[in-house]
Amino acid sequence: MIASYIPMFLIIAVGILLATVFFLGSTFLGPKQAKGAEHNTPYESGSESSGGRHVRLSVKFYLTAILFVVFDIEAVFLYPWGIKFRSFGWLGLVEMLGFLGVLVIGLVYCWKKGALEWET
Amino acid sequence: MEMSEAHAVLASARRARVDPHLSIKTYDPEADMMLLHFGPQHPSTHGVFRMDLHLDGEIVVKATPYVGYLHRAVEKLCEKLSYVMLTPIVDKNDYVAPMTNEQALNMAFEKLLGVEVPRRARWLRTILAELQRVASHLLWLGTFTLDLGGALGGGSTLFLHCFRERELILDLFEDLTGARFHYNTHTIGGNRHDLPAGFAAKVKQVVAVIEARLPEYAALSLDNGIFKARTTGVGVLDGDLALELGITGPVLRASGVDHDLRRDAPYHAYDELPVNVVVGHGGDCRARAEVRFAEMRESLRLVRDAIDGVPEGPINGYKPIRQPTMAKSTGGQVYVGIETPRGELGTFVIGGGDTPTSPYRLKIRPPSLHSLSALPYILPGQTVSDAVAILGSLDPIMGEVDR
Amino acid sequence: MNGLVHGAVYGGVIASVLLTTIAFGIWFERKFAGRMQSRLGPTIVGPFGLLQSVADVVKLLQKEDIVPRDADRPLFDLAPVLAALFSLGVAAVVPFSPTIIASDLDVGVLYILAVGGLMVIPTFMAGWASNNKFALIGGMRAIAQSVSYGVPLVLAVLVPVILSGTLSVSGIVTYQANHHWFLTWPVFIGVPAFAIYYMAMLAESNRIPFDIPEAESELVAGVTTEYTGAKFTLFYMAEYVHTLVGSAVGAALFLGGWDGPFAPGLHWMVLKTLVLFTVVYWVRWSLLRLRSDQLMVLCWKWLTPIGVLLVLGAAAWVQFVPGGFQ
Repeated sequence: MIASYIPMFLIIAVGILLATVFFLGSTFLGPKQAKGAEHNTPYESGSESSGGRHVRLSVKFYLTAILFVVFDIEAVFLYPWGIKFRSFGWLGLVEMLGFLGVLVIGLVYCWKKGALEWET
Repeated sequence: MEMSEAHAVLASARRARVDPHLSIKTYDPEADMMLLHFGPQHPSTHGVFRMDLHLDGEIVVKATPYVGYLHRAVEKLCEKLSYVMLTPIVDKNDYVAPMTNEQALNMAFEKLLGVEVPRRARWLRTILAELQRVASHLLWLGTFTLDLGGALGGGSTLFLHCFRERELILDLFEDLTGARFHYNTHTIGGNRHDLPAGFAAKVKQVVAVIEARLPEYAALSLDNGIFKARTTGVGVLDGDLALELGITGPVLRASGVDHDLRRDAPYHAYDELPVNVVVGHGGDCRARAEVRFAEMRESLRLVRDAIDGVPEGPINGYKPIRQPTMAKSTGGQVYVGIETPRGELGTFVIGGGDTPTSPYRLKIRPPSLHSLSALPYILPGQTVSDAVAILGSLDPIMGEVDR
Repeated sequence: MNGLVHGAVYGGVIASVLLTTIAFGIWFERKFAGRMQSRLGPTIVGPFGLLQSVADVVKLLQKEDIVPRDADRPLFDLAPVLAALFSLGVAAVVPFSPTIIASDLDVGVLYILAVGGLMVIPTFMAGWASNNKFALIGGMRAIAQSVSYGVPLVLAVLVPVILSGTLSVSGIVTYQANHHWFLTWPVFIGVPAFAIYYMAMLAESNRIPFDIPEAESELVAGVTTEYTGAKFTLFYMAEYVHTLVGSAVGAALFLGGWDGPFAPGLHWMVLKTLVLFTVVYWVRWSLLRLRSDQLMVLCWKWLTPIGVLLVLGAAAWVQFVPGGFQ
């Protein structure tokens, strides 16, 4: 079981090798960092940055995250059913219809409540 | 979701025509807002324009434009140089439509000095102005889609194609003046260069090529679903506010105000070559795009009509100027406004003074500056993406804004 | 043990070949874009400019490695490496021919969705760690976008799973080889499902018209604004690898993978992948960019409901037309 994941580790090794080569290459080929107070200021269109950068973010993003948790996780629950429902027959189809119905009702509810509106 | 308090304040400020900068103080900008400096070193601020955006999430709550990064003291320079030396100086103001800069300046000087322009020169100026309008609008279309689609996307495809067509017009100008961009072809009393042989045929060919390709560009922009979605209802500027802010040109006409100096106060040969003024409706980015598209078609038509009817005669009615000191003014003040691709470019000159060979004071009224003044009113409530689209749709040229 | 060595070798080979393909993929894209825009594209480095990507990498490595002041250094350095790893990781379960597959997982489809979904993490890490407002906005946009488009993606991928009754990618391809490609039959389910998959893939790999996380005309370079040199190169490559692997997955799930007449399977798989890859760039250099709220509306109000309908349709198809694939 674990053995079938060995190739993934090899691919990761190739990726790390690549990153190492790049980082080393950059160290040897790149110029040494210039000293200067302004050199490493964060880029903000040439103006001095003002105000906090890690501000609290709009609640819409959290709403999107919740929507993702609700719908994506539920959709993933459909996968085991998707490959097995042939053997369940009619009962499996009807049961899953109920499950999907709940999902759709949830989507319609979010829609009506305006949770899908990105703009305030 | 209901409108936040910030938006309500701004909406009422806009309705009441109050300066949004003042009314914004009713809530704390430190609280949950991000102050984003947008420019001067930004890919889509059309040069060195800067606006400070207060963002609530991605919604702009307050926008403060800053200009002046490209100030070159052109007006002061105009007080020091003589009248005939000034044409190439103002060429650099609106660096997308240099022809119209020259025309505005020289028309003001002609009025001040009481010089009559011969008919042929006036026709020539009309043709040059309209060709320049097409070139300028083409560049606007390219950069606008660049703002909407990015330099690494469909925007750059249209951008490069628009540049290809603009090249054709620049080639014509090169034929005429020898210069591709800063022409110095207008002088007091007329033009410096007469039409070269075969120019009319070339112009007609170029007009035909561009007219044939405009539908293709409309398909890539105006008729494209994403373009529609990005521009319809975005940055709505109503006509009253536009008039109050002194906005002119396509931006004003897109807001439904029927105003065009070419028809309302004809100069050049516009009294003989009437212009069908394009008026849009809606005042959003899409209306501004549609107006500019229609203006391109109208200008091409005008050029095609005018190029065959150019009257014979001299191209300069003034005494041949050999020395900078030959044009002298004893005093008086004049204002001349012409319709450039961006709106009313005004030149106000006071003659006389200690040195009669140079203006006592020269003031340029750049149309882009007035267009930009709409930003604090129309940006709030829009997203950052829209802010870029709106700025692009106003077609500001920082060279003339900052002078 | 033999299978282990086989898989390990293919894992390394596939990863290396992918990276090489990317170098020429970028060259191809630039030539393609050049032709679309009435210009030549790269011509100088090597024959037909073929070595342009090599020159670009060397140039990028020579750039100074800038870390912005107050940046979250560990996250800042780790983000591009993770991006490269995750984008390559998906390739492990993609079958390039009946035999050329690194790991024929029995839950391959779930693996693709899981590892592909991880791509948002380095993107947001970069946005957060850069201590830059443009990057932060880009990072937030990336999260909202990837997370939202995950839903239609999962639903669209469920359609071939239901139709074939297996979660193994090579199983799905084998099923298509024995019956029909899902794109062609049942066509009224396969075509929309493929369309949703393709759009979601464009969104997940941040390609125009869904490239709002890096939207260079608005956010300068989005999450990669503060990245230079080697780290930027890694991000850049990760994006292309993500697109290429996404195209390969699409080819395997909907276009029948290695199945095709006259030529060996590998040729067909590579051809289909490259066609999908090219269309990504065809779209990219033709269209403008959507706004983030329009993106969300498209995802939640169009793609997701249609996805649910397609899942139902696929289930009904299997239930009512048991012999529909013969």
